[in-house]
Amino acid sequence: MRRFMGFVRKEFYHIFRDRRTAAILFGMPVVQLLLFGFAIRNEISEVKLGILDRSHDPVTREITDRVLASGTFKAMRNLNSQSEIGAAFASGAMNEAVVFEPGFGARFQREGTGDLQVITDGSDPNVSRIVTGYTATIVREYLREMSPGSIETGVVPVPLLLFNPSLKSVYLFVPGLMALILMLVSALMTSISITREKETGTLEVLLVSSLGPVQIIAGKVVPYMLLSVVNVLTVLVLAFTVFGVPCRGSVVLLVLESLLFIMTALSLGMFISTITASQQAAMMISLGGLLLPTILLSGFIFPVASMPLPLQLISNIIPARWYLVIVRAIMLKGADFSYLWRETMILAFMTAVLVTASVRKFSERLQ
Amino acid sequence: MVILRKEFLQIFRNRGMLPIIFIMPFIQLVILSNAATFDVRNVPLHLQDLDRSSLSARLAGHFTGSGYFRLTGESFTPDQALEEVVARRADLVLVIPRDFERNLMITGATPVQFMINAEDGFTAGVVQGYAAEIVADFNRELQTLLPRSGQAGLVREINIVSSAWYNPELEYSHYMVPGILVVLVTLIGLFLSGMNVVRERETGTIDQINVSPLRSYEFITGKLLPFWIIGLGELTLGLVIARLVFQVPMLGSHLLVYLVASVYLLVVLGMGLLISTVTQTQQQAMFVAWFFMVIFTLLSGLFTAIESMPHWAQVLTMLNPVRHFVDIMRRVMLKGAGLREIAFPFITLAFYAALMLALAVKRYRKVTL
Repeated sequence: MRRFMGFVRKEFYHIFRDRRTAAILFGMPVVQLLLFGFAIRNEISEVKLGILDRSHDPVTREITDRVLASGTFKAMRNLNSQSEIGAAFASGAMNEAVVFEPGFGARFQREGTGDLQVITDGSDPNVSRIVTGYTATIVREYLREMSPGSIETGVVPVPLLLFNPSLKSVYLFVPGLMALILMLVSALMTSISITREKETGTLEVLLVSSLGPVQIIAGKVVPYMLLSVVNVLTVLVLAFTVFGVPCRGSVVLLVLESLLFIMTALSLGMFISTITASQQAAMMISLGGLLLPTILLSGFIFPVASMPLPLQLISNIIPARWYLVIVRAIMLKGADFSYLWRETMILAFMTAVLVTASVRKFSERLQ
Repeated sequence: MVILRKEFLQIFRNRGMLPIIFIMPFIQLVILSNAATFDVRNVPLHLQDLDRSSLSARLAGHFTGSGYFRLTGESFTPDQALEEVVARRADLVLVIPRDFERNLMITGATPVQFMINAEDGFTAGVVQGYAAEIVADFNRELQTLLPRSGQAGLVREINIVSSAWYNPELEYSHYMVPGILVVLVTLIGLFLSGMNVVRERETGTIDQINVSPLRSYEFITGKLLPFWIIGLGELTLGLVIARLVFQVPMLGSHLLVYLVASVYLLVVLGMGLLISTVTQTQQQAMFVAWFFMVIFTLLSGLFTAIESMPHWAQVLTMLNPVRHFVDIMRRVMLKGAGLREIAFPFITLAFYAALMLALAVKRYRKVTL
């Protein structure tokens, strides 16, 4: 045990002697959470709108004013012909064009109908769909006010938005960022720990020491685990204080689940470390191999339920996906453990498999 | 030339790295491009029909038959409804009140409650839209069923004819593939170049190179050229996959894409080299590279639109080379933009390339002296 503690202490020295690395390890999660927490949004706030008004009457002017007054749209300029639309899209100066047909207002007054053309830049399907929806809502609003004395008849929907009534995407993205950042930092830290010893040849020294493979692996993980605890706590504090994400469930449970998650991430890094021969390879796997899958398949930005079935299956092996479910459930829905035991078991199981695989792989070297 | 050959040999000798450089990116490209979709389908629906009349059953039928929702259960108490949402068995709870049918018959109107899981604000908005659409449909049908609602006067209507150019089917992968390809090329380029010099320093071989008669610009060219060629090779392979697997159109010119890519790779490699010269160990280099990579990726407009960022963040993205290249790739491939339309981002990239290389070379001299 004393020998083991000595080994752990040595690892600590290694980490902290390298001031820059230590600063990066603690500073990076904070900087990233702050930056992305403020910058990553789903709501679209500045839609560049072009208007091609071939009618120029009070009705088209009224609709134009309403669209622009909504705050979501920013008038780009007035278009003079259909042919300008293509050029404006290609240069990225415009997201949406609204086209009023000639005689729009007159026909609307006379027959009560009109055709409004909404052309969007479909190269971004998501923005395209949303801005079309925004425009339609504003026009519908206008119509409702135009029809005098209309009382609502039939079924009147009363929506009740649970957990996040103002539909803020912060509440969605901050937990997601926590998962992403913790996952990457933790896996990154351990992934080169053993590989480095392999490369510099010091591993042989360790192997001939009286420490067993389990002790060596544990000794490598423990210091990083303590570091990660600090990271978890800072990230959580930032989420509560800076971003005002509520914690409706138990904070203790949240911290415990977070610790479990960093264990999973650390053991994943450890596993990468045991299977690679060079630091370069270890880094490429832990970075190149984790960055995009974690962003895309965890449900951080794109809902897992929206993915095609094969991808939903693949997403099951992404630890961040399960952690994300847990964090969102605890923070936003106030769920307690009875709702989360399944996700917790999955993370625990992943950790166990990764640790066993690392120890086995590492022991092979001994023979 | 010799150093060029040495670098190539080193890359290809390292069996462990080969699959990582040449296979991993493309597996990711093929798999992940399909993951990025905001389509909301098969929303789990929980039903609380407290009225149990023929009209309420009809409304419920509209929901289950719409194709947007899938019924996962029924219950009758408010607590149970909340429970279902917390346990993730329902994203929408439809609560039809008692007296639903009676109210409709007598007053012609009645409220119906939708409890929507708004954890994900975006999805919640879509779900709300679906529900509103179904209700509107139901109301239209109601007019034929109920005798009293025939008083509607002049119905004013504006038909919104929407069309999405360049991608009328709103195919998401067309939008994602060029972007993901850019990130993968950047990842490989940044890491290969970022780890390279620092590795020589860590293993001590840099001193041997320093005492050799090699000039520093020769050294840097020799270091970067192989990665530059690999980067362009990866881009080519990626474009082939985009074409064959995803049928992403290529409306612009290939020549333009390669022109921009060759400049862009200089930015990435110059940056990698710079990181490599300012750090002492591979670990440090990796953390720094990682830090920038994550920022570049998330602030590139690849996943969330630049337009939805706050203004200061939008300005910040102007510094992000990935943002510009993603933007150019999308515009050239999907909209057929020519050199004139992409002039601004292209010039920005060229400026960065010059800046990065100048800094890296300057820094490298200092380190060696």
